[in-house]
Amino acid sequence: MNKTVKIVLLVLLAAFLLALPYLAEYAGGRAFTSLATRALIYGIAAASLNLALGYGGMISFGHAAFFGIGGYVVGILAYHHGTGEAFLGFIPGSNQLLVTIPVAILVSGIFAAIIGALSLRTSGVQFIMITLAFAQMVFFLFVSLETYGGDDGLIIRRTNEFFGLNLRDRTTMYYLCLGMAALVLFAIWRIVRSRFGFALVGIRQSERRMAAIGLDTYRYKLVGFIISGIGAGIAGALMANFLRFASPDMLAWTKSGELMIMVILGGVGTLFGPFIGAAVFIFLESVLASWTPNWQFPLGIILLFVVLFTHGGVQGLIERLGGKRE
Amino acid sequence: MSEPILSVRGLVKSFGGLVATDHVDVDVYPGEIHALIGPNGAGKTTLIAQLCGELSHDAGTIALDGKTIDGVSVADRVHLGLARSFQITCLLPTYTVLENVALAVQIRQGHSFRFWKPVRSDTALLARAHAHLARVGLADRADALVANIAHGERKQLELAVALASEPRLLLLDEPMAGLGPVESAEMIEILAGLKSHASMLLVEHDMDAVFALADRISVLVYGRVIASGTPEEIRASEEVKAAYLGEGDELGAEDLVC
Ligand SMILES: Nc1ncnc2c1ncn2[C@@H]1O[C@H](COP(=O)(O)OP(=O)(O)OP(=O)(O)O)[C@@H](O)[C@H]1O
Ligand SMILES: [Mg+2]
Repeated sequence: MNKTVKIVLLVLLAAFLLALPYLAEYAGGRAFTSLATRALIYGIAAASLNLALGYGGMISFGHAAFFGIGGYVVGILAYHHGTGEAFLGFIPGSNQLLVTIPVAILVSGIFAAIIGALSLRTSGVQFIMITLAFAQMVFFLFVSLETYGGDDGLIIRRTNEFFGLNLRDRTTMYYLCLGMAALVLFAIWRIVRSRFGFALVGIRQSERRMAAIGLDTYRYKLVGFIISGIGAGIAGALMANFLRFASPDMLAWTKSGELMIMVILGGVGTLFGPFIGAAVFIFLESVLASWTPNWQFPLGIILLFVVLFTHGGVQGLIERLGGKRE
Repeated sequence: MSEPILSVRGLVKSFGGLVATDHVDVDVYPGEIHALIGPNGAGKTTLIAQLCGELSHDAGTIALDGKTIDGVSVADRVHLGLARSFQITCLLPTYTVLENVALAVQIRQGHSFRFWKPVRSDTALLARAHAHLARVGLADRADALVANIAHGERKQLELAVALASEPRLLLLDEPMAGLGPVESAEMIEILAGLKSHASMLLVEHDMDAVFALADRISVLVYGRVIASGTPEEIRASEEVKAAYLGEGDELGAEDLVC
């Protein structure tokens, strides 16, 4: 695809996404806006995972941990805001999005730093298993926290406040998520093209070569992993606001798997791929689930098809249809 | 004589029962090309791997400029002025020829924790990378993907990437292996031209190259240095003839992207 075609496509896409709530209302399917919001939030999480997985070659099977932690940050801060008691006796609660999102970034970043620092001592299958193990530890930690709902999760009575906007309104929430998705996409786009991204993609191709030209690969992978975890944390914080609920579900290993599936569906190591993958996944899930309770089965078949025949997910398919080589 | 830039003493490395490096002593002096020859399986690549820090040794010391570098990581050794090329080329296949070199230049310039400015529009960086490509005669292949270039070009690129680290000591593991006669002659010329910039430890099977380039030669057999001296001395040594030069040499080596 040449540059002008790309720009035209981008503008069309932006216009469509901006008009989506109105189109949905016009077509009488307001639920579609909620579906699109979920796709955007998962898109943020998947795109973040893709930074580690697709660009950095770190196959993390534990990103649900960061997603769930972002959600629980919003939930726990809202809980303490409601009761008036401080968290751990000194951290006051909050219901301000401008507070909860930065805290979600901080906390998911800290968890990613710890989990990453330990997991990145290994590689290959071991790395996959150890990230999974850490995510399971986080899962059981939150299940055991009875104060915050344990197994049942934590209901968030009122969504966060953000410049007097009503985030309970579906359309408003959609636009917030659209804005965040655009921001995250832009940040990832810059990072991938920066010196850091240049080195990170080099590490994916050959860690041995990168060490031989003087790069301390561990530190760069760790920073990549932390940024990736933070992105998932932001998505989790948005999801908790959207659902008004934070639960162990967000931390389950199946959630890590779903994020991976979205990345693979859309195209590993591509910029838009994870967003496309998330949209396709959410759409398929809702369509297939209305046909059969065993919707995972047809989804699995579709995934198999994508992996075997598209070579680079949906984005790869589009690019090849657009005549781009390789 | 000045201080050696590289000084190896009593180096030992074994893999289980196999002693791949057996009390090796080697010195490389500034401005010198020290060739290391020996039959297949003698332990040349294993020695290079220990010098660059990929493998740890069991005993002995490695010193750079008189200071020991035992336990220093691969990456840190590069910053101390050590660079190596791989016998079995180890390049970044989805990057272009130019990008492979530019990345080494970037790392040479300092840390890579810069997250915002697009690296591919950094003209100064790319110009430097281009200069290194020109030195090895690859300038016209700058935009080719590494996955698509020929074997000889890979060998040249290995050298260009090593040069981009601006090393004081180059560890070259069979830079001519698998090259045709014309390409080999070119490579000899390139290496001769680099002599004033960096000292070299040159592992090579191609005896014409070795005798054309080396100031000193050490002969490694079964992990042991059996002889070390000027090219004339090595040529004259009966022991070397018996152990090595007599048998058919110049065995080509396999070549793959790692
Ligand atoms: N990681 C390893 N584990 C076990 N044995 C090894 C390992 N690496 C090398 N060896 C053995 O050590 C010996 C020396 O191997 P090395 O690759 O250093 O030889 P070389 O002199 O570079 O040979 P060539 O001329 O074929 O490149 C060989 O017998 C090899 O099989
Ligand atoms: Mg070898």
